[in-house]
Amino acid sequence: MLISIKRIFRAGWQIFSRDKEVALATVFILFLAISLVSSLFLFTNFSNFIITSAQEKIDISVYFKEEAGEDDILGIRKEIAKFPEVKEVEYVSPDQALAEFIERHEKDLTLIESIEEIGRNPFLASLTIKAWEPSQYGAVSNFLETADFHDLIDKIDFYERRSIIEGVSSLSSSAAKIGIFVSIVLMLIAVLVAFNTVRLSIYNSSEEIKIQRLVGASNDSIKGPFLVQGAISGLIATLICFLLFTLLSWSLSSGIENFFYGFSLFEVFISNLWILLFLQLVTGVALGTLSSSIAIKRYLKV
Amino acid sequence: MIKFENITKIYPCHASESNPTIALADVSFEVKSEDFISIVGKSGAGKTTLLKLLLAEEKPTKGRVFFENQDVHKIEPENLPYLRRKIGAVFQDYKLLSSKTTYENTAYILEVTGASDKEIKKAVPIILEIVGLKDRANNFPAQLSGGERQRAAIARALIHRPEVILADEPTGNLDPYHTLDIIELLLKINKMGTTVILSTHDREVINKLGKRVITLEKGKIVRDEKRGRFIL
Repeated sequence: MLISIKRIFRAGWQIFSRDKEVALATVFILFLAISLVSSLFLFTNFSNFIITSAQEKIDISVYFKEEAGEDDILGIRKEIAKFPEVKEVEYVSPDQALAEFIERHEKDLTLIESIEEIGRNPFLASLTIKAWEPSQYGAVSNFLETADFHDLIDKIDFYERRSIIEGVSSLSSSAAKIGIFVSIVLMLIAVLVAFNTVRLSIYNSSEEIKIQRLVGASNDSIKGPFLVQGAISGLIATLICFLLFTLLSWSLSSGIENFFYGFSLFEVFISNLWILLFLQLVTGVALGTLSSSIAIKRYLKV
Repeated sequence: MIKFENITKIYPCHASESNPTIALADVSFEVKSEDFISIVGKSGAGKTTLLKLLLAEEKPTKGRVFFENQDVHKIEPENLPYLRRKIGAVFQDYKLLSSKTTYENTAYILEVTGASDKEIKKAVPIILEIVGLKDRANNFPAQLSGGERQRAAIARALIHRPEVILADEPTGNLDPYHTLDIIELLLKINKMGTTVILSTHDREVINKLGKRVITLEKGKIVRDEKRGRFIL
């Protein structure tokens, strides 16, 4: 048994190494397929980052009446935080709101002067509420409308931002669905192209396969080396792809971060290193061996 | 041992041709164990088709082919290799594996039948020496002459000591010296108990052998003589 396996691997390596042009073409096509899968994986991370960033910027603010005391508001904050849809609640005191306003508009002296003209702090205490999902803000707003402490609330700005919030929610959901659909289509194309390339390389050997059958070789002893050849092609393509992606993610990372602050491609690559390598290996080796297995069947009928 | 029973083989025609090709028409004959049979005839007489039918490379239009009382065309495809291992075939077009060297082509049969590396290392050089290809062991078929390829095909057919040798024009590309060597080798193997079915155009070979000769003409047996001669 061991001898047979050794011979199969030796024959597989021979097929791969002795027809260099076919081997190169097969490795190249598999490399493209693996690169596509890897790119889609990294792009999924990137699009999740974009969507999350957009979602992070969304919140609703609850402004309290002047007569609402800080202790009351902090108590309301604890109550809102218990709500399952709520991710975090931040208390902004009137003084803090004023300080943030002055900092944001420090270059606009007219605005600063008009605040000073009022003679008092015009800002109300507020709670800034972030939900887990954009689609949950409606539920949070309804909760606030019907809560016991509703009398202390001056204004909830959900309705003013509603269209933006719903737009982002809809965009996130659509982007995820489109992303999955496009990924599936591209992967199918990659698989078909790779399969046909392997099929052509096996066609190249169709006469040899027929001869092997005629001189008494069993189907397994004929198929084995071709599966090994497919696996070798897949392994080499994986190695090249992995090295290239390591280099590309490292060199492009800072450039991408300039445009998308907070997204480090290299960090994403490193943190998903083993998953990505596993994905590339499975894609390359599975594609190489499965394609060989399917392609060779028709020539084993002699 | 081998029996051809009412064998007819018709190849269908292409649209441009009006008549299908009748390669064999109602051919029947038996081959006993340890026989040495020569099959002669013009090109297109049906010699190669007969050998292909025995190997189950082609299916007969009518009739049956028996090998050791088993209808070869009723054997399951996955079991055909076991039949073919009992037969050493020298094909007219050599059918060498182009991606393997002469050594590897010869060793291939032993590998698929599970021989050990030690057995292969011992047997292959001997057979290559016998056919005069010891110095060409590491060459690929593309690097061999027609005669060398033919000898490589012969080496591959003989190495695993099959029960039957099917030789389709094994001396067609050989010079007289090698022709004599190969025919003597076939005779020696036959004496040791291997059945030999030889298809040839070579009149001198046939007349020298003095063995059974089956003459085919337009797909039919016209003569079957125990000690035959090549008759035009």
